[in-house]
Amino acid sequence: MITQLVYGLAGIVLFLLGVWSFLVHDPLLRKLIALNIMGAGVFHILMAVAYRGLDAPPDPIPHALVLTGIVVAVSATALALTLGQRLERRDD
Amino acid sequence: MIDWLALTVALPLLGAVFAVVLPTRARGIGMAAALLTTAMALSVSVQVVQGITLRSDLGGWGAPLGIGLQADGLSAALLVMANLVALGISAYALDYFDAGSRRHFWPLWLLLWTALNGLFLAVDLFNIYVTLELLGISAAALGALTGRREAVAANLRYLLVGLLGSMTYLLGVALAYTGLGTLDLGLAAQALTPGPLAWTIFALMLGGLLLKTALFPLHFWLPPAHAQAPAPVSAALSALVVKAAFYLILRLWLDLFGPVAGPAAGTLLGMLGAGGVVWGSWRAFRAERLKLLAAYSTVAQVGYLFMFFPLMAAAAIPRRQELFGALVLLALTHGFAKAGLFLSAGLLQKTAGHDRIAELGPATQSLPAVAFAIGFAGVALIGLPPSGTFVAKWVLLSESFASGQWWWAPVVLAGTLLAAAYVFRLLANAFGPGLQPGAAGGGDQSQCLVPIGRAVQAPALLMTLIAVVLLGLGAEPLWTLLQEPPP
Repeated sequence: MITQLVYGLAGIVLFLLGVWSFLVHDPLLRKLIALNIMGAGVFHILMAVAYRGLDAPPDPIPHALVLTGIVVAVSATALALTLGQRLERRDD
Repeated sequence: MIDWLALTVALPLLGAVFAVVLPTRARGIGMAAALLTTAMALSVSVQVVQGITLRSDLGGWGAPLGIGLQADGLSAALLVMANLVALGISAYALDYFDAGSRRHFWPLWLLLWTALNGLFLAVDLFNIYVTLELLGISAAALGALTGRREAVAANLRYLLVGLLGSMTYLLGVALAYTGLGTLDLGLAAQALTPGPLAWTIFALMLGGLLLKTALFPLHFWLPPAHAQAPAPVSAALSALVVKAAFYLILRLWLDLFGPVAGPAAGTLLGMLGAGGVVWGSWRAFRAERLKLLAAYSTVAQVGYLFMFFPLMAAAAIPRRQELFGALVLLALTHGFAKAGLFLSAGLLQKTAGHDRIAELGPATQSLPAVAFAIGFAGVALIGLPPSGTFVAKWVLLSESFASGQWWWAPVVLAGTLLAAAYVFRLLANAFGPGLQPGAAGGGDQSQCLVPIGRAVQAPALLMTLIAVVLLGLGAEPLWTLLQEPPP
């Protein structure tokens, strides 16, 4: 129970750190990392929710959500990096 | 048995896949998918009008585990609008892009369409998140299609802001699953009780979606992104993508957060909306470029939508229904009118080679059908009768007086006057000095006007006609459609 709570709270802290970093830092790469940290925070919470004790198997739904969320985050990050690269190339 | 709901989402997705595999045929595949998808969406809506409850659990997996699709009056209304507008945009886009952009446009466009239809039919909170992200990613990619520096920069910012919004929403989803144990909208609504957890979920989901709806003062990303995109994409972004996020706010407000969303939250949204109306209209009035004007006008129109919330929160059931209908009518009218305006702007830009309002006289005069479409779009944006906006603003004004919240009325008045000012500024071009060789400034421009075919002008004109005539004079069935079924 305590482990679960620590995991969940750590997720919320990660999310807040991500928001702070996203709003404060200007470079694209830092913003993207911040967004991914926010995502990691949410996934942390979902993992904590899935835990149902040592004897019972974990709840599969949050796991499915995390997997889908990772796919979405990867594609969004890839697109943002491509657009950013296009901008940098023009700077030269 | 045909699964209409699944096909409405699957057809554009299939089209997108085929358009990627066969890039030389992308245009034909795209148009075929567009026609079939629209037919599916219309048949879904016809069945909803006939009172058939459509619900489909994909793969036979039920509510707690599987992905469900469902259509009710609200989703049917938006589905029809979005698919008709998207069909018009597709027809317009047939000849808009050159061969190089074409093979990128069609797959992304069909993907965006998939996300839209999926979003209108989704009934579970996580599925909504997925469609929302799919929508944001394909919209940003489409907006940057020209590859011009400003376009890429504006759409990168759009993408990042969108991601911030959807991440916030996703945290709300995670907390909802923690607290309520389900993601299905109906089951979650039964489990939700007012308290700190419900308020947190409400604030996170609403905050994320407000960012995507561009409610003042969170609108800063919208004008550059919408103004820099290619015209058919601008039309889709302003008319459909923003509406999709708004639809989610409305859906969650009505179906999930009923016990939590009180008059205080409504008043806050209404005040921000009022700010958007005044600021957006003012900036549209001051804009020097046509597409920027249209984009700021979207900020203002989104503002009107949110001004319904304080009135709806305070009203009893029959009046609430009336406001709800007017709100949806306003969203639909704006969808058609703004798409028509952006498509017209695209034609003027192609003809004249620029979109500086002050110098558009010759181009406007060479395209009478486009000038007409801009006029109709203007009627709908101002809210002159018989447009749907007129009916909606009438309900908004009379309800604000009837409920004693009279302070919304001056905002509506100011917004309407400013809208009239910016629309007439556009229309003045059609009557100003035009093709006079030798006249100061006009002579050399008239020679580089690019001729535009008649067929390309049809979608814009038709869409604005729907906004003004059909949605104005034939709006009544909408209220019947949106009637809440007896519990």
